[in-house]
Amino acid sequence: MEKKENYTVSIYTENNIGLLNRISAIFLKRHINIDTINSSPSELDQIYRFVIVVKVSEKDIKKIITQIEKQIEVIAAFFHTDQETIFQESALYKVKSKSLFEERHIQNIIKNSHAKIVTVSPEFFVIEKTGFREETEKLYKDLAPYGLLQFVRSGRISVTKEPLNITEILNEK
Amino acid sequence: MKISGSEAIIKCLLEENVDLIYGYPGGAIMPFYDSLYNFQDKINHVLVRHEQGATHAAQGYSRSSGKVGVVIATSGPGATNLVTGIADAQIDSTPMVCITGQVASNLLGSDAFQETDIIGITTPITKWNYQITKASEISTILSKAFYIARSGRPGPVLIDITKDAQFEMTEFLYKKHKKLRSYNPKPEISDNSITDACALINKAKKPFILFGQGVILANAEEEFKKLIEKTGIPSAWTILGLSALATDHPLNVGMLGMHGNYGPNVLTNECDLLIAVGMRFDDRVTGNLNYYAKQAKIIHLEIDPAEINKNVKVDVAVQGDLKNTLPKIIEKVEEKKYEKWLEKFRELNQIEYDKVIKDDLFPKKEKITMGEVIHQINIATKGNAIIVTDVGQHQMVACRYAKFNESKSNITSGGLGTMGFALPAAIGAKMGAPKREVIAVIGDGGFQMTIQELGTILQTGVPVKIVVLNNDFLGMVRQWQQLFFDKRYSSTEMVNPDFVAIANGYQIESERISKREDLKENIQKMIDSPNPFFMEVVVGKEDNVFPMIPTGESVSNMRLS
Ligand SMILES: Cc1ncc(C[n+]2csc(CCOP(=O)(O)OP(=O)(O)O)c2C)c(N)n1
Ligand SMILES: [Mg+2]
Repeated sequence: MEKKENYTVSIYTENNIGLLNRISAIFLKRHINIDTINSSPSELDQIYRFVIVVKVSEKDIKKIITQIEKQIEVIAAFFHTDQETIFQESALYKVKSKSLFEERHIQNIIKNSHAKIVTVSPEFFVIEKTGFREETEKLYKDLAPYGLLQFVRSGRISVTKEPLNITEILNEK
Repeated sequence: MKISGSEAIIKCLLEENVDLIYGYPGGAIMPFYDSLYNFQDKINHVLVRHEQGATHAAQGYSRSSGKVGVVIATSGPGATNLVTGIADAQIDSTPMVCITGQVASNLLGSDAFQETDIIGITTPITKWNYQITKASEISTILSKAFYIARSGRPGPVLIDITKDAQFEMTEFLYKKHKKLRSYNPKPEISDNSITDACALINKAKKPFILFGQGVILANAEEEFKKLIEKTGIPSAWTILGLSALATDHPLNVGMLGMHGNYGPNVLTNECDLLIAVGMRFDDRVTGNLNYYAKQAKIIHLEIDPAEINKNVKVDVAVQGDLKNTLPKIIEKVEEKKYEKWLEKFRELNQIEYDKVIKDDLFPKKEKITMGEVIHQINIATKGNAIIVTDVGQHQMVACRYAKFNESKSNITSGGLGTMGFALPAAIGAKMGAPKREVIAVIGDGGFQMTIQELGTILQTGVPVKIVVLNNDFLGMVRQWQQLFFDKRYSSTEMVNPDFVAIANGYQIESERISKREDLKENIQKMIDSPNPFFMEVVVGKEDNVFPMIPTGESVSNMRLS
């Protein structure tokens, strides 16, 4: 077995219905589980950017990238290791307001984690934490004993350390 | 002036010079069929008997003519019946545009009558697909569809059009697509890759060329022939590459792969340079990749970047359209001959001739062999016919033994191996090349998968010749059961109907041949007939196709018996 690693796949595309299906089908066909996926407008007008995290071998990710690039409405696709990217995830934690006042310890957890309080209401309050997976995970573990009403984590968003020559690619075409 | 969306579809087809379409009507596509009624003098609509038949007919049409095949179907079951043919066209790179009707846009997602998510279903098996909900989109989207289907590495495109969009009135303006910013069908050729490839070719001692359908799709048969004649390199074909180079060309050393010829398979592991031209190293060609051409340097001439380094790691990739890359290579390579090396192919192929081919073509046993039928067809057609094959033993035998002088003469389902392909594909092939003789060679199993297309032959009168090689078995599966599953013939024996009576029911002249002495004369009679003709040949029930590379084995471990 070849060594598997986390790869962040960045895909610049046209904004078309069905493209998400087309891209995810390539992973499905190879029986690969998508760890996280995020799609949003990119730095370029009318161009979208998918960020997908998968754990695969280097050999496979190279083939996957060419197969993604082959899709008509994909402008360009790139892959990077964790070392080559700056990446973050956001997480939201919904906790009963009662526990904030009854359990002193919670206040320390929030302070130490550098999390932000987004909303406070008489019934619940919401904390937001952006960081690496390990950090949002740690806060989750710390808060869980006090009863989390809801917890959600975003897909990875990332930018690469190296410039991506997407504008040049577009100009060439 | 405004026209209806359905008329706009037809205008688009005319703009793309489409004069022949294959289809089947139904509720969601009725506005289109109604508009078509006014254009019967410009577009010939062939009413097939099952939508799968429409896709294979369009494929056959495209493969014999080089043009884009067009298919029309209704929503729901009409659309889902296209799936097999679309998947086949995708894996065999056949340009095809399928237009399906869809429920009205206000009903989308409501499980309306005959609503199916055909876009979702066909996403992984199309080069591109799109759903039109407004008549104003029709001209841009269809022009994009044709552009995408035929450019670069060709493939199938599906356009789903809601019923209300077909009724809606729209202005019509057609502009041919020539460019899309996210799509690069003609990648620029790197001069370095040409230089590197030529350096390897010029210093090779035992070079070997593998060619595939890319040569045909690029219309580069002449360039390819020039290359091999200048370099003197022995060349072998994949089954989709068959007929790109005349079968009796002195440098044509035969067929690659599982049931190919002995020489080219074994010598793949002895050459010092492997040059792949428009082929994709399918596993049926390579056998076990861990033992595939490890000793050789490899050059890959290929238009699709996703094929480069997919199965086989290459030393030099020459990315581009063969029509452009081959001339650049021809210019830089030295004129050479490899007589001794070529002799090795001949020696091994002679062993195969003595052990396998002789008994196939000139059998001493009582029952007719598939090989001798193909041999007699070769004699009668002088290698000038188009041969369309189905899938199974008869396909391998036909590809092994058929003689071809001209390109686009071998039409078969390679990548998907779709039984039922041949009969409708032959209908399309004949319509795409009306001047040529078209012979379908089909097994008794596959014939019954699309047998209803005899009705299309009856209605159109298209003069295809049909040869069913009847072994009363799903022969290829039975062969594997014999060789690898202890002869446990699980569900492979067939109780067959009276095929001749069926053909007669469709008013097709027909013969059943079971004696060797009747074969030659009846094949001649079939070829001489200006009409459709059906011939059933009763062949040995348990004959096997050899040589064979068992699955998981190396190409050099080819079995001769
Ligand atoms: C649609 C489809 N179903 C099943 C198969 C598997 N299969 C491959 S060859 C074969 C037997 C074909 O039998 P027949 O058409 O009689 O041809 P023969 O091998 O006997 O020449 C089968 C079942 C297939 N290729 N396609
Ligand atoms: Mg059979």
